[in-house]
Amino acid sequence: MENFSADDIRLVLNTARKFKQVIRRGGDKKLSNLRGKAIVNLFYEPSTRTRTSFELAGKYLGADVVSITSGTSSIVKGESLRDTLRTIEAMGTDAIVMRHKSEGAADFATRVVKPIIINAGDGAHAHPSQALLDLFTIEQAKGRLAGLKVVIVGDILHSRVARSDVYAMTRMGMEVHFAGFKTMLPRFFDFDGVTIHESLDDALKNADVVNVLRIQLERQQAGLFPSTREYARVFGINEDRLRLVKDDALILHPGPQNKGLEISSEATYCERSAIHDQVQNGVAIRMALLNLTLGGAA
Amino acid sequence: MKNQLWQIRKREATLSDSLLIRGGRVIDPANNFDAIADVLVVDGKIAAVKPDINFEAHYEYNAAGKIVTPGLIDMHVHLREPGQEAKEDFVSGSKAAVAGGYTTVATMPNTSPTVDNAALVRSMVKRAEDVGIVNIKIIGAVTKGQHGQELAEMRDMIAAGAVAFSDDGHFDDNAKIFLNALDYLHDTGKVIICHEEETSLVKEGVMNEGKRSALLGLKGRPTVAEDIAVARDVLLAEYTGGRVHIAHISSARAVDIVRDAKKRGVKVTAEVTPQHLTMTDELVDPADASTKINPPLRTQKDCDACLTGLLDGTIDMIVTDHSPHAPEEKDREYIYAPSGFPGLETSVGVLFTELYHTGKIDLKTLIGKMTCNPAQIFGLDAGTLSIDAPADITIIDPELAWTVDAKNFYTKGSHSPFVGREFKGRVVATIVRGNLMKLNQW
Repeated sequence: MENFSADDIRLVLNTARKFKQVIRRGGDKKLSNLRGKAIVNLFYEPSTRTRTSFELAGKYLGADVVSITSGTSSIVKGESLRDTLRTIEAMGTDAIVMRHKSEGAADFATRVVKPIIINAGDGAHAHPSQALLDLFTIEQAKGRLAGLKVVIVGDILHSRVARSDVYAMTRMGMEVHFAGFKTMLPRFFDFDGVTIHESLDDALKNADVVNVLRIQLERQQAGLFPSTREYARVFGINEDRLRLVKDDALILHPGPQNKGLEISSEATYCERSAIHDQVQNGVAIRMALLNLTLGGAA
Repeated sequence: MKNQLWQIRKREATLSDSLLIRGGRVIDPANNFDAIADVLVVDGKIAAVKPDINFEAHYEYNAAGKIVTPGLIDMHVHLREPGQEAKEDFVSGSKAAVAGGYTTVATMPNTSPTVDNAALVRSMVKRAEDVGIVNIKIIGAVTKGQHGQELAEMRDMIAAGAVAFSDDGHFDDNAKIFLNALDYLHDTGKVIICHEEETSLVKEGVMNEGKRSALLGLKGRPTVAEDIAVARDVLLAEYTGGRVHIAHISSARAVDIVRDAKKRGVKVTAEVTPQHLTMTDELVDPADASTKINPPLRTQKDCDACLTGLLDGTIDMIVTDHSPHAPEEKDREYIYAPSGFPGLETSVGVLFTELYHTGKIDLKTLIGKMTCNPAQIFGLDAGTLSIDAPADITIIDPELAWTVDAKNFYTKGSHSPFVGREFKGRVVATIVRGNLMKLNQW
């Protein structure tokens, strides 16, 4: 995400706006922008939203899309990442959408093979399409980005979403606040335009947007917090907490959610929640990314 | 005789009963010698060091403009035998040593199997003699399998030729076992070389914990893990009177801890690598595992503290922590690639370029950290050009400019963050037991 300029981001958001209309108009959604292009989704980690939305985005644009997951491929036979990528390349692939546990895996791929590599998440490093769809969702709801206060709540330390959001949001002139237990905040995180809070209530005051991150249950076993119950009590986003934010504040969550842990059901389904819109916007953003990178018609 | 056998098999050295090295700047810190002089070698031993030697030698080497030093010593290499020959073996590692100017290297026991008993030490000593290119010393494990649970048979290993002991690769969490090891070795004078990173704090970590790791999302290995480990081992050395040597020190605070301990008279010594003196975590690129090492590259403040420690005597010696891996092992995802990179062939280039030519260190100090200091700490018959000493000699061209290219490495390792770097200063000849090695064809 650090390589996106404000102009790049603007281009993606504007492109996504057009594609969202295609998705919403109903009827035949199939375009021919990427006819004859082949896209492979290479996912080394489980995913519902990202993988399916990239797959549908490619199909809506007329490309041929194949999804590979690590469990059902030669990856289980021990094939290296380099060889897997080269194999996919040799089949005539134009773009590889990649999700991987290791930070830097997508950058590694760009050095190994020629097709366009789209990073669909690399470890705790980056998840650019998520950050872009977050921006898109916020702009659709608020009509603007610059000057808005965003609070990102939860396990910042292990979150690729938070790291990409930081670059995308600050570049668009937004004010970013992190809130979480200190055990889940990155030490030495030093970034212009970002404020870190150990108290949720301090962070939430006058927020325009609250982005609630998923808490992985393994973090409790790793000793980062004592129990899901205590996490929910101290850092869970619920109706009470939402009294602190602005009346028209927007609630986001990248999913999948742990209901009752990082976010309550009421908060998920309340009027201010845009969590459901994020999913549709995710398809539009991914259509924009594929169309722009693969040179589809405007 | 050994050397002759090797000659026949390798045909890479010039066999000569006598060798005269003419007109170099001879720096022998052990004898506080620094002057233009000739060095005469006869029958594998230093015969004379003085200007204008009048002698008809079998072979003369013109060292004008070059620096002539005792053969360099590296007390921390991983030559990967037995069992990991895809990464390195005694032959490839020895050639890398020659290319880098090292005449004596000590190899770590974290192999497969672990070198933790006399039979293995004996076979490795024999193997080193058979290869016979440079002097390879064997370091034994402190605990069986390096598991940190039971002491290994260290006295048997001493009898078989082990020069020191180490569970390098990781920290021995069990303080009682470590204390026992120090007590057990107390009267032998042998040193335990300690990898200092408290285990629970570095679990899953792949780079220094700092601003860079916070941005990249890579899991961190904090300096405090090293500081805790160094503090504990220094305290146990003080308590037992045992000898602890801190391996590849990298944290500023750890350097302070060692400095304070030395002031109190604790029997602690320390080593640092060229990479920890000159490289920071800003160089970490998650798409390239070359920078992945343990302990990790730290910050500029830590590099500066290591240099200060080197200059004020807190840090006694420089080692490479030569840790080659097979190219395909390093050519993969950052989190999955193994830690370590080869260092034997680049260290003189790095140190001359970054420390000597920048005026940060004088040559006598630098050479001392790579010759007489390790020899003295570990009791090796090496590291000096004294008369009758083994004729292990390194000749360095301090002005020779070169670019590091992995294709020219003799090591089997390929990935090093120094690849592509331009250096000024290179080893041009390495002499082991009087034999001028001819690997270096540049």
